[in-house]
Order: sequence, then structure tokens, then C-alpha cells
Amino acid sequence: MSLIPLGPFDLTLAAGLVLLLAGLSWRLHLGVERRILVAAARSTVQLILLGLVLKVLFETTDPWLIALLALVMLSVAGWEVMARQTRRFRGPWGYGIGASSMFLSSFSITVLALTVIIGVEPWYQPQYLIPLLGMLLGNTMSGIAIALDGLTRQAAEGRGRIEARLLLGASWSEAIADIRRDALRSGLIPIVNAMASAGIVSLPGMMTGQILAGSPPMEAAKYQLLIMFLIAAGTGLGSVAAIWAGSRRLFDDRHRLRLDRLASGRGAA
Amino acid sequence: MPSLRLQQLRPRLLEPVSLTLAAGALGFVSGPSGAGKSLLLRAIADLDPNDGEVFLGDQARSSVAAPDWRRRVGLLPAESGWWAETVAPHFARRSAGAERTHGPVDEDARHRQRPRQQDQELDALLRRFGFEADVLDWTVLRLSTGERQRLALARLLWLHPQALLLDEATANLDPANRSAVEAVVEDYRRRRGAAVLWASHDPEQRARLGDVAWVIREHRLVPEEGP
Repeated sequence: MSLIPLGPFDLTLAAGLVLLLAGLSWRLHLGVERRILVAAARSTVQLILLGLVLKVLFETTDPWLIALLALVMLSVAGWEVMARQTRRFRGPWGYGIGASSMFLSSFSITVLALTVIIGVEPWYQPQYLIPLLGMLLGNTMSGIAIALDGLTRQAAEGRGRIEARLLLGASWSEAIADIRRDALRSGLIPIVNAMASAGIVSLPGMMTGQILAGSPPMEAAKYQLLIMFLIAAGTGLGSVAAIWAGSRRLFDDRHRLRLDRLASGRGAA
Repeated sequence: MPSLRLQQLRPRLLEPVSLTLAAGALGFVSGPSGAGKSLLLRAIADLDPNDGEVFLGDQARSSVAAPDWRRRVGLLPAESGWWAETVAPHFARRSAGAERTHGPVDEDARHRQRPRQQDQELDALLRRFGFEADVLDWTVLRLSTGERQRLALARLLWLHPQALLLDEATANLDPANRSAVEAVVEDYRRRRGAAVLWASHDPEQRARLGDVAWVIREHRLVPEEGP
């Protein structure tokens, strides 16, 4: 088994199918043909660019270039987390809490996987580092975004019940405990579901890719397992860190609920 | 019980407020809605950022951890918050002082076995507000606004605060329940000597109960002239 390279003709053929879909949308007045074409063009450009960048990167193995790419990935992911918040924290915290907890979880787990588990030499070899980090960032990103959004939204809506507990002498962490638990749980559910249904309902993308690229299925399955466990750990760690920092930021030293530290909701502003 | 003293306290909307309420005294605060009555009470309880100092007796607020402080100055907000499904969990917590004087160890064991009927004191308190002990099993959603208001005051008094800050404590009550609440507060103030600061827009209530009265005029808290 080995990789069959794809030629321009093969891709053109596949792209023709998308054109066909766009034509169908036009014929049936679905009104999404423009969006289909734009999205297809975007993914073409983005993926080819990524391919080019990785090609250069793999040849040089320059640690600084790799660090730069990793940093770009992290900052985009941090941006994405912030954009998904209905009520984000004001000031640098809005970006900082999400980005730093992702940095903490994704980077530490990637490094752990590369040095201890897979044992890559040198550990920053981009062929392993970049895809691993990408998978981890992509998944911790959505977990953290969901968890943080749940925290801030519920805190804003539940001001009465939080302050009722504060008034009866609860500390800030007692007063927010149930909301915090709730937010954390909702952040973890997607990855738990993904683990539970993997291999039965869905063939995970990475495993599919590896099998297509000619890896033995058992090897592909083992890598997929590794990735899934890493993602679960990374999402958990990242969400816990984000929720802890976020809920701490919602209160000040005198255990007051400080909703003024949140920007107003999207509709209201 | 200690007196309540505000020293250059600066809530939002108000000029600095200084006043002293002796132990066992009842003070009313009135003023048009939106004038800052609630904000004044919230500032005393340290629920909003504010400058200035508050004393309970000799003890300065800044020298006490915020949760302890709030347990001592007992604020009843105009709208009560409920965090659990049924009423009982809202009565779960005792003030540290009350817990220590609560009785011998074997009594505690008995409490754990019969958590609901544990406390005659709690039953008596609830009855004074017009509830039977089974109210603890009610779901919060079932409660009317007036029931919530009375239960909120009950759960506050259950913690034995040293002072009381009441924000429109009888606003949603019918005359009978209003009298009941007034009687409980009066009793608590007299027997325990707690300073009570009551924000109320009801002039008759002030005339009926009041010792001292202040009114908020143009962002200032000024003594109200007698009628």
C-alpha cells in the first residue's frame, strides 16, 4: 500500500462536482450558489497555502519558523474563542483568558505527546508538531468557547441568585459553584460524545486521511486513539483553566459580582 | 448587639453619607424611586464597589472578610434570588457563631438523621411568617412574590445578622402579612438589639414604626422633618 498522488486533473474533476452543485442551487433557486463557490475557492486557496508553508517548514526544520507558525495558530484560535462569546470580558481579559488557557493546555499536551509518548527527534519536528497542535487547538478552542460562553451568560442572567448567596455569607466560589459546574460540563460534552461515537457512527477525519495515505488501518486507529485522548485531556484542562480564571475575574477581592467587567450583549450594544 | 455607623460612605448616585444607628434603633430611608435607596443599602453590605467605611460597633468593615461582613449586616434585597429548586437548601447555612452554640454532639447526629424536622427554632421562625414546616419542601417556582419575600426575610433572620438592611421588605404583601413581617422585625430588633435600616416608600409605615427617618433629596441623605 502506498500513496497515489493526486494530479491537477483529479482535483478538477472533484471541483466539477462542486460546480455542478452550484448549478443545481441556481436551477432550484436555493440562493446559495455564490456562497458555495466562495467557500470552495477559499478552502482551495487556504489549503494550498498551508501545503506550501508546511512544505517549506518541513524542509528547513527551523525552530523559529515553527514557533512563529504555532503562535499564529494560537492567536487565531484565541480570536475565535473571543468572537464566539455573547458577553465577553472587557479589555485584554476577553482575549487573554481564552488564549492563555489554550496555550496552557494545547502546548503542554502537545509537547508531552511529542517528547514522551511519540518520542519524535527533535521534538519540534514540524511533520508531527503542526498537525498535532492543529488538532488540539481546534478542539480545545470549541470546548473553551462553549464553557466560557456558558459561564458569562449564566452569570449575567443569574445575578439575582448569585448575589442572594453572597448576601447570605457565601464566598465568591460558593456563589458561582453551580454555574461553574454547568459551564464546564457543557464544554466537555462534545468531546465525550465524539469519543463515544468514534468508529461506529463516524470515521474520524484523521484516521480516514491516514488510511487513504496508505497507513495500515491498525496504525491509523492507534494514532486516532492517541489524538482523541490528547484532545479530551487538552479540552478538559483548557476548559478548567478558562472557567477558573473567568469565574475569578467575575468577582473582586471583596467577593462582589462584577458584571461591569463584561461587555454588554451583542444585541444591546 | 453593635451599632451601625457609616463614615463618608459613597454609594453610586449619592454624596458621601455619614450616619449612626444605635443598637436596637430603627431608621427609615425614603426618597423617590431611582434616588439610590437600594444602592445605599448595597454599598453598606459591600455588594457594589464603594468608598468610605462602615462600622458595626468598633469593628470596621475593611477589617472583616466580605462574606463574614455580609452575614453580619444582613441585607434583604427588594427582589430575592433563589438558587435551588426547593426551599430547604436556602436554609442550609448557619452563621459560624450560631453553629458553635448549637448544642452537644449527639444532637447534631440526631439532626443528620432527621434533617427536615431538625430545628424547632426554624419551625417557629417559619410559623411566625405564616408558613408550616412543609414549606421547606415546596418548589421555589410555586411561590408567589409575597411568599418569596417573606421566606427571603426568614432565611436572612435564620443567620442571626447583627444588623438588618431592609429594602422595601413589605412592598408586595397584603396588610395581614405586612403586619406579621413588621412584628417579626420589631421583635428581632428589640430582643436582639439589632440596628435596622429600612428603605421604604410607605409614609404610614414610617409613622407607625419609625424612630429616625432620612430622605434622599438631590443626591443627599438628609434627616426627615417630623410630620
